[in-house]
Amino acid sequence: MPNFVMSYLGSTVTPGEAGNQFWALVYVLIIFAGVSLAVVAMNWFERKALAHFQIRLGPMRVGPHGLLQPIADALKLMLKEDIIPAEADQFVFWVAPLIGLLAAFTVYIVIPFGPSQAVSDMNIGILFMLGVLSLGVLGIVVAGWASNSHYPLIGALRSSAQMVSYEVAMGLAVVSAVLMTSMKTGTGTLSMIGIVESQQQQGIWFIFKFFPLGFVAFVCFVIAMIAETNRAPFDMAEAESELTAGYHTEYSGLRWSLFMLAEYAAMIAVSSIAVTLWLGGWLRPFPNLLRAPAWDLIFSLFPSLTFGALAAIAVVGAMRMPAHSYFKVQRIGLAAFAALLGLIALFLLVIAIAGRSSDATVAARLCEGIDYVYWFVLKVSLFMYLFIWCRATWPRYRFDQLMRVGWKVLLPITLVVLILTAIVGVIVP
Amino acid sequence: MNPGLHQALIAVYTTNTGPGMEPVATPFFFYLLSGLAIAGGFLVITRRNPVHCALALIVTLIAVANLYLMLYAPFVAAVQIIVYAGGIMVLFLFVIMLVSIERASRDRRFNRFWPVGLATACGLLALFVSAFVKGRALFPDRMIAIPEGSNTQQVASMLYGEAGRMGQYTFAFEIASLLLLVAILGAVIMTKKKI
Repeated sequence: MPNFVMSYLGSTVTPGEAGNQFWALVYVLIIFAGVSLAVVAMNWFERKALAHFQIRLGPMRVGPHGLLQPIADALKLMLKEDIIPAEADQFVFWVAPLIGLLAAFTVYIVIPFGPSQAVSDMNIGILFMLGVLSLGVLGIVVAGWASNSHYPLIGALRSSAQMVSYEVAMGLAVVSAVLMTSMKTGTGTLSMIGIVESQQQQGIWFIFKFFPLGFVAFVCFVIAMIAETNRAPFDMAEAESELTAGYHTEYSGLRWSLFMLAEYAAMIAVSSIAVTLWLGGWLRPFPNLLRAPAWDLIFSLFPSLTFGALAAIAVVGAMRMPAHSYFKVQRIGLAAFAALLGLIALFLLVIAIAGRSSDATVAARLCEGIDYVYWFVLKVSLFMYLFIWCRATWPRYRFDQLMRVGWKVLLPITLVVLILTAIVGVIVP
Repeated sequence: MNPGLHQALIAVYTTNTGPGMEPVATPFFFYLLSGLAIAGGFLVITRRNPVHCALALIVTLIAVANLYLMLYAPFVAAVQIIVYAGGIMVLFLFVIMLVSIERASRDRRFNRFWPVGLATACGLLALFVSAFVKGRALFPDRMIAIPEGSNTQQVASMLYGEAGRMGQYTFAFEIASLLLLVAILGAVIMTKKKI
């Protein structure tokens, strides 16, 4: 094995800091594959969850409980005819989905899945994320203009006004969290990894810090983040009752699916910001209070328990399949899926026990890494559920209401929270 | 590829990060980004369609932001992307999209202001040439070694000063923000007839 592959393995920093391009590339590929897979899973889960919210069944035909539906959808989208309207601006129409996709995926460079489980740790991490995410709106704006049609143009105008407005509140909420990182040490940090580490040092997630200041900033950020990703109830840019499909009305096939991919990737990215800033990133619950090796072992069992629970749900689903011969294939398929989940659970269990019973081995490092990624992904998944929940619960805002919420409610609140955080931070410690 | 440039960049790199770590293809990225910036700037003034111009300008701004990154000024690079590429250009596009493209592209541009533009360009060229000729005397011999990891903190202590000491540029910074506030108020008063 070449030296540059092996030399990183014992390292405790990210590949970017260690200057190891090979592992940086491997991490990039893992993250790209993982995010794409998560988007596919999210697609299925959103349709199912929305259906159950509305007392429907959702996709049921393709695979057991519609599990293969996203794959069928992806194939359909890839094979569909790709239409570019004759009056459209060809080049800009072609490049618009790529802008959104690039912006959404570039931010994953700095997302910390663990203290060393990130591509790179930047001194400007959170600024980088906000800046590059804000480039995503260019894709939407340009797509709406290039279509040379009325609905897309109105969608693009709404979207740009909305995103520019909510970015202000979002930025101010982020600043109040960044301010909290400087409380005990005197110097704050903008680095994503540094922010999580300072939460560990201060022994508190920033959502609970200076209660209710941290919590209010967090809620403002969550509202702004839903608006920023153009999701319901703020999906003015693609309001189907008014604008057909908004900025992507003229798009079809693969290009349309690129827009969807970018939207979901951006959702995961902004959720990661919220998790990193306020919910302790990769930290498990009570990392300082419950510090004994026994607790480490107990919390390491959670990943395998999660997969075990999923496997159990799949087994129950397979057993409850109707007895008719039509469902035989589906039953076998769901049982195979359950077996796969069970195998993953078993694998994670073995790693957890092996890693926690010995130290300074590959298994110990692997176990630690899985723990970090597990807690981070768990928190982000809760946010993904929150997105679906909001979409199912609230009706769409009117555009003037949307602007009023952004400028007259969120902006003053975040400003006051920022000032109060600064005052309390000077007085209290 | 220019070997002198490569050596200089490696020297800068090692003063900032410590010895033993060679940068990858640094001259390649330098020429790539500079080329992108120049090509973008050229397209901005040659394209007839204003949206294409705005897109070319975004390419230039992002290329310049990456050049800042190569100069170990990540904070400036991030601010460049947030303020210019993300904020101002979106507003530009917002306005441009409402303009009738057919009429705008038929208009002859610079028809009245070309002497002013020519004079400005000549002045800028003269400035660059003089900076290039006198560069050795004007700029310090070597870069001040500020570790990349604390760039933001260095900018902050320049602006606001260390604990208990006023910063070098606090007054100028505050005056600049006041100026921006006045500009915002002016825009509001000009657009709204009744307040």
